[in-house]
Amino acid sequence: MKFSLSWLKQYLETDADFQAVADCLNRIGLEVEGIENPADKLAGFRVARVLTAAPHPQADKLQVLTVDQGDGNPLQVVCGAPNARAGLVGVFGVEGATVPANGMVLKKTAIRGVESNGMMCSVAELELGDDHDGIIELPADAPVGMAFAEYADANDPVIDVAITPNRQDCMGVMGVARDLAAAGLGTFKPVEVPSIAGSYPCPVEIRTDDPEGCPAFYGRVIRGVKNGPSPDWMQARLKAAGQRPISALVDCTNYLMLACGRPAHAYDLAQLNGAVVARRASDGETVTALNGKDYALTSEMTVIADDRSVHDIAGIMGGEHSGCAEDTTDVLLEIAYFTPERIAKTGQALALTSDARSRFERGVDPAFLDDGLALLTDLIVQTCGGEPSEIIRAGQPPLERRAIAYDTARCAALGGIDVSADRQKAILESLGFDVAPDWTVTVPTWRRDVDGSADLVEEVVRIVGLDNIVSAPLPRAEGVAKPTATPQQSLERKVRRAAAARGLNEAINWSFLPQKEADAFGALRQAQGERMWVLANPISEDMKVMRPSLLPGLLSAAQRNMDRGASSVRLFEIGRRYLAAHDGTSDERLTCGIVLAGEKTARGWATGKAAKFDAYDAKAEVLALLAAAGVATDSLMVMGEAGDHYHPGQSATLRMGPKNVLAAFGTLHPATAKAFGLDGVVIAAEIYLDAIPAKKTSGFMRPAYTPPTLQAVTRDFAFLVPDSLAAGDLVRAIRGSDKANIVVVRLFDRFAGQGVPEGQVSLAVEVTLQPGEKSYTDPELHAISMSIISAAEKLGGMLRI
Amino acid sequence: MSLENLKQTVLAAIAEASTPEELEAVRIDALGKQGSVSGLLKTLGQMSPEERQVQGPVINGLREAVTNGIAAKKAAFETAILNQRLATERLDMTLPAPEAPRGTVHPVSQVMDELAEIFADMGFAVAEGPEIEDDWHNFSALNIPETHPARAMHDTFYFPDKDAEGRAMLLRTHTSPVQIRTMTSQEPPIRIIAPGRVYRSDSDATHTPMFHQIEGLVIDKGIHLGHLKWTLETFLRAFFERDDVVLRLRPSYFPFTEPSVEVDVGYSVVNGKRVIGGSEGWMEVLGSGMVHRRVIEACGLDPDMWQGFAFGTGVDRLAMLKYGMDDLRAFFDGDNRWLQHYGFNALDVPTLSGGVGA
Repeated sequence: MKFSLSWLKQYLETDADFQAVADCLNRIGLEVEGIENPADKLAGFRVARVLTAAPHPQADKLQVLTVDQGDGNPLQVVCGAPNARAGLVGVFGVEGATVPANGMVLKKTAIRGVESNGMMCSVAELELGDDHDGIIELPADAPVGMAFAEYADANDPVIDVAITPNRQDCMGVMGVARDLAAAGLGTFKPVEVPSIAGSYPCPVEIRTDDPEGCPAFYGRVIRGVKNGPSPDWMQARLKAAGQRPISALVDCTNYLMLACGRPAHAYDLAQLNGAVVARRASDGETVTALNGKDYALTSEMTVIADDRSVHDIAGIMGGEHSGCAEDTTDVLLEIAYFTPERIAKTGQALALTSDARSRFERGVDPAFLDDGLALLTDLIVQTCGGEPSEIIRAGQPPLERRAIAYDTARCAALGGIDVSADRQKAILESLGFDVAPDWTVTVPTWRRDVDGSADLVEEVVRIVGLDNIVSAPLPRAEGVAKPTATPQQSLERKVRRAAAARGLNEAINWSFLPQKEADAFGALRQAQGERMWVLANPISEDMKVMRPSLLPGLLSAAQRNMDRGASSVRLFEIGRRYLAAHDGTSDERLTCGIVLAGEKTARGWATGKAAKFDAYDAKAEVLALLAAAGVATDSLMVMGEAGDHYHPGQSATLRMGPKNVLAAFGTLHPATAKAFGLDGVVIAAEIYLDAIPAKKTSGFMRPAYTPPTLQAVTRDFAFLVPDSLAAGDLVRAIRGSDKANIVVVRLFDRFAGQGVPEGQVSLAVEVTLQPGEKSYTDPELHAISMSIISAAEKLGGMLRI
Repeated sequence: MSLENLKQTVLAAIAEASTPEELEAVRIDALGKQGSVSGLLKTLGQMSPEERQVQGPVINGLREAVTNGIAAKKAAFETAILNQRLATERLDMTLPAPEAPRGTVHPVSQVMDELAEIFADMGFAVAEGPEIEDDWHNFSALNIPETHPARAMHDTFYFPDKDAEGRAMLLRTHTSPVQIRTMTSQEPPIRIIAPGRVYRSDSDATHTPMFHQIEGLVIDKGIHLGHLKWTLETFLRAFFERDDVVLRLRPSYFPFTEPSVEVDVGYSVVNGKRVIGGSEGWMEVLGSGMVHRRVIEACGLDPDMWQGFAFGTGVDRLAMLKYGMDDLRAFFDGDNRWLQHYGFNALDVPTLSGGVGA
């Protein structure tokens, strides 16, 4: 909310300057968002008199003036304004001044060959209005040489305050003044409410048929008003508050709202027919609001209507057809109390915000209806004339005041500041609370937000000042701090740092995807009956579905990098993928996604051509990160079904047992890569960190170190096998052929081509044998070899000799 | 020839030998079966003991001098040959070595690790909760009823779905629902932080629809605003590793705290950038307050027995303030160049002994 300092001082007797006011506002919880002094932008502009005016020798439309700006040294100024003439008193901008309208800094210059020092200004150039017709003409007796800001009374800083949703009482200047006074900045001067008796009965029937939504509806008519522009002082205050002056009648209601936080409405009586009633709207009823838009209403909403139609979305916005116009002569004033919850729901449903709504939904002062009506009547009669009627009061505002049993010790116990009971009492009373001797505190009608002792503590500590809170250490547990990470958190940290150590860059991508991408990557899970989360109100179609996979986000990031000219992309992300559990709750699973694209190694003097990534790079990353996560990777099964987004022949899953998929990886399907605008081979992997079983903790002790006494023996074997045989199966079969002796089987060669029959492939393995107590004898080695060969033969392998 | 002359002659020959072959010839001439020195050694056997006592050391000395001379010369030849070979094996050491890609940890992850480390020392565990929440946990339990104007402060992303209890599903707008999940699942005393992704339907130069927050919650007996102030001071001083971090507490409003406190941190301007520390100016960094008794009640705890404080702040913002990034949108762009510039080395693990900053 914005207001000028002079307006504030109408309700606050103080010598404080704007800085002191701003500091105090911040201190008591009314956050200052900005201070602007209109005088600042008028610096360097002075009242000046044109002494002479002569035609410009080179230009018909220009004149050469001599201008007296009060220092006895008349300056030559070139001016293009048609009204410039000798004797005119106007506003002169000196060298170095900045023109508010365009930011131009004035300097000595030559215009068509004639020297010009400064500028005579128009209203528009000083941003004081829209008039472009000529330079400002001040009264002839305006003091030449005086700073224009001073002459124009512009030295009135405007303070912009952010009002938190609990403080409706400060959505009017008067409420802000009350708070400042309580904080010791001055004396509160509440608005003086005139007493205006009506001279005739109100000619319109006023009712509330919806006491739940509109408990009270007060009104009166003023006959014979003359609408027009509101007075300058009112316009100045409204403008300072950021409110555009419209007409005197409208401005008076806005002024009341900004001054006292009290919205009101003025109807053009000529547009009303019959009784004016607060009632529920009927479903399907519509109204054209003052903003020119049509709104469809429901029976959940309160409206003000006459016999014919709806004229006001109660407490939110008036109707276009019954608003006051230039020719309005008779007005009906409405001052009502609307139930905050109703206003909030209606406003949310219509997605309609207004200054009135923001006050009503927070809860205006229910005891200010009569005062508000009197003040509004007075403003209108003062500015537009007219004759007010008597008042009709329909319904009853909720006036009962809340009483809180308060214990002054709560202030120290909750607020951490020891404040004497007397001081607490004084503070509460200055804010309008009544404090009984037994410390029953009665809340003022304008403080609907206060409903418990914690609120009272807040009132006391904010006025005392939070600066007075003394830091108190939290009690510390004995000894060294205990570890706090859960097993899942430790696992996540290890995988992250392992990935970074392996040369991958961690990205953080949006949790939402376009529908198409989510479908492409969630197909497998959807087929298994899992649902995806689709936003009802996405920010755009590209951010609509909660990701079922981390890959689309990484692929889009890879594509952006490629478009920026990157030759190699190694990205990973650790985050959640989002599924829906059967009970409708969210099933969010921690996942690590990896995308490798472009060059694995750049061309090099030693290595030759650039190398591309392949599916084994994905396997390497997955195994390394699983190992970092504490998984015994040797015992994992390599299986299929990585998903349709992978190359069907270059992808796999790693499983712990046949069902528990720990990771899927491989070459991305070329069609998927293309859909993301990626050329060439793209490698991808996802590690399902949530699927990794928690490690059984067995203390820190490692098993005893017992190195074998005898050295291990290695033997090489090469087999011709059908090329359909998975090498992993051969390795596993060999390892299983003599578990007592074979400790490692390492595949080191794979060859097809010359010397190897069509349809077959040669696989060579190095087998490490570990003798126990005694060295192997030749017959023992022979027996082990035979069992290895026979294991291979069972898979269709044949020893190469 | 006198012995001395012979010695000089042989040593000269050794010195003159210019190849290993020539040296070998000298050796044979002197020490071979028929060699001049070998011949002298043979004479020792025919000498009388007295004579041998005089001549023995002299002749043996001669032999030793020659042997050493030859060995030295031989070593010199070998060194020369090795040097010659090495000269041909020269590599241009200015050629580039094999490159290894440099991986990085995202600043948000790094800062979350830093926060976990600092708060672990103060006894706070890291709690987590779902990002897809129901409106009870995200709003109602936090004392934000449906009609509360504060709901309008959050631009909420909704799903059309309802959970089994008919609650509207949404993307959490803050990490505060983790407070509720913690208080409903564990007995006080409670000290947790809850970092994570949060979502608001907001997108412009300084807002992204997804960002990161961290929540802190302490529920215990006798906790007051003084403890809150100390905790935030201690945390910020540890995080920025500066002792001159100054806080300014301002009254504010959050539905789930009462009293509510907005926390500004003082900054100084260094080379045109705002640096935390000092008090040349203030910037809003944290929202906090004493947990509202209705929130404690909603979680099934007795608000007359338990009270405490909560605070929340932006993790991305903390990262920006500490490490100097100025564009939030870049956090979520995955630009390799940005990640290389602002990302952290894998081994920069925050520790209390090594410092939490890197």
